[in-house]
Amino acid sequence: MAEDRGSIVGSPQPRLRAAIEVARVSKIYRRFSHRKQFATLKSALLSRSLIKNLRPDETFTALNDVSLTVPKGRTLGVIGRNGSGKSTLLKLVAGITKPSSGTVKVEGRISALIELGAGFHPEISGRENVFINGIMLGLTKREVAERFDEIVDFAEMKEFIEAPVKTYSSGMYMRLGFAVAIHVDPEVLLVDEVLAVGDEGFTHKCLDKFAEFKRRGKTILLVTHSLSMVERFCDEALWLDAGRIKGSGDPKRIVGAYITDVERREEHELAAGDARARDSADATIVSPDEPSSAVLPDNPVETATATGDMFRAAEGRWGSREIEITQVELHGPDGAQGHVFQSGDSLDVRIRMRAPLPIDDFVVGVGIFNAEGTCCYGTNTYIEDLTPDSIHGDTEAVFAIEALDLIEGTYKVDVAIHKIDGYPYDYHRLLYTFRVKSRAKDVGIYRPRHAWRFSGAMRFKKSQAEP
Amino acid sequence: MLHNLAQLPRYRGLIQSLVARELKARYRGSVLGFFWSFINPLTLLLIYTFVFKYVMPAAIKGADPYPLFMFCGILPWTWFASSLTESSGVLISGGNLIKKVLFPAEILPIVTVTANMIHFFLALPILAVFLIVYKAPLTAGELLCFPLVVAVQYLFTLGCALILSALTVHFRDIKDILSNVLTLWFFATPIIYPYLGAPAIATRFLNWNPMAHIVISYQEILFFQGPFGHWKWLAALAVGSVLLFLGAYWIFDRLRDSFAEEV
Repeated sequence: MAEDRGSIVGSPQPRLRAAIEVARVSKIYRRFSHRKQFATLKSALLSRSLIKNLRPDETFTALNDVSLTVPKGRTLGVIGRNGSGKSTLLKLVAGITKPSSGTVKVEGRISALIELGAGFHPEISGRENVFINGIMLGLTKREVAERFDEIVDFAEMKEFIEAPVKTYSSGMYMRLGFAVAIHVDPEVLLVDEVLAVGDEGFTHKCLDKFAEFKRRGKTILLVTHSLSMVERFCDEALWLDAGRIKGSGDPKRIVGAYITDVERREEHELAAGDARARDSADATIVSPDEPSSAVLPDNPVETATATGDMFRAAEGRWGSREIEITQVELHGPDGAQGHVFQSGDSLDVRIRMRAPLPIDDFVVGVGIFNAEGTCCYGTNTYIEDLTPDSIHGDTEAVFAIEALDLIEGTYKVDVAIHKIDGYPYDYHRLLYTFRVKSRAKDVGIYRPRHAWRFSGAMRFKKSQAEP
Repeated sequence: MLHNLAQLPRYRGLIQSLVARELKARYRGSVLGFFWSFINPLTLLLIYTFVFKYVMPAAIKGADPYPLFMFCGILPWTWFASSLTESSGVLISGGNLIKKVLFPAEILPIVTVTANMIHFFLALPILAVFLIVYKAPLTAGELLCFPLVVAVQYLFTLGCALILSALTVHFRDIKDILSNVLTLWFFATPIIYPYLGAPAIATRFLNWNPMAHIVISYQEILFFQGPFGHWKWLAALAVGSVLLFLGAYWIFDRLRDSFAEEV
């Protein structure tokens, strides 16, 4: 089936006529760093650098050798992280900026939903602005007049259309801008993350309009962070990363690959963040000789809940180090170390310790905190009636969680070893981070194992969003 | 460059509606509306009439009736000066359009200069009243030259506006420099004093000032008796203005790609 659809990327001879053709395009932005905001003719003349100042110091490559072809009537979704070049690509296709190298060819009238209502003048009425905006987008005065009622209806602005635009709310502004842009009746529609334009009802209307465009065989280039939109609407997806094409093709496949990549990156970030936290905690070791109630908790859980906000509760490390926690690792269901887990996965907290001398009074504790600083769970060996006998040399304790029944979010872990009376040997406060991912966006602190059961005349439609 | 220049007529409709918007927006939200923009020249007129008629009358020999003389020069000057002041900031304030909409940037300075020209036209009835009241010696032949002077001034002003607007994107202090230059330029143009009344050494400098020739042309047509003897200067200036416009457009075109990134 994919054969007849015509491929978007890397096909030298598309079977369908191309509406958008981008060939080996690079875009290099110039940066004028040393003067930036403070560019003055006076200083340029004084330092005799008028010509030099008009030249760039350094460059930034927003797009690097990107080629793509969108056949007529297809919808292409462009995804990627912030700064990956999505908007630059859209601006190039719209003709607002020129490529540094390569060529961009577009067949037919373009309408770019990039900045809605750009060019509205605040002092004059909505009516006059609709005309000027329409003309700016390439309509003639007559054409705007013909579509005027339809535009106003679509924007739901009938009673305000004669008022000056400066009196409009931002939602009204965007709605009117959207209505004008969409009524230009383009062959090629470029959309940049503009669907957050109004209430539910309006969003639905916009989606319907897109669907209509698709039906009528228009070409759409959609830049969005909404992956479900890409999966639902687009015929193909393109994944940009740091100005290069990282993947293209079937939306489900590309979105999947993209999500995996995002998780991998989060993994790196969390690992790096934890390493930083540990480094700074090591630098500020509190001596056990000057104990205070804050550093000598009876039980780690209580202090933690009292601290409240996690972002105020500083990470830290303290203790006498008679027993030292040398390493803490989080291991997922496949046994691999990680920082991002699915809700319901199993999780092992592996704690390596070293006791240079034999010690007979010790308690190992673990606490899990969510982003608000609420303790989701805390326990230790003493609470669970394990009476210490002895510890000596290198040891490992594994706190094995069978199923991580937590909702989506970021969590931090306390790990500690201390005496029964609370005297800390080594206390690691919020030094380990993991993230829980979940398809369901449920709320709360913890997700009890559950199922729904129904009886009687109660039915649900099959879910469409889930793949 | 020539390709872009050739595209300009296609945007006639857009320029038209933007100029209309500009004018409407200016007069909305103020009671006196339209008349505000003549308060400035009228104030100048009152001040200078007072100064030159009663304080130092010797300086304006040959410029009687003085209010009419001054009005002939001050109106075109206002067009010129406010065009330059506004166009120096027009690309920055219109940054949204340049960055987000497919839109030839030169339309913005063109709209500024054109809108100010319409102002000038709107003030002409007042000038006509002055001409009738003071029984100015008008001839049909001279009046036919009036549109030519307007055309030359339009082209000259547009050339200046294009350069200014493009450079201000890179050098933000041009706006501040400009207001000083314009004050100097105002006094270096025979608006409040007659050209012929100026000492010989001064007229040599005045000859280098294009605006002087434009203002003198207006004065000869509307104020002074006798044939329009300044036409040679005006013709030379017309050629100069065409060259200036082409040069300015070339500069503007060269800097065009930097606008979307710099504003």
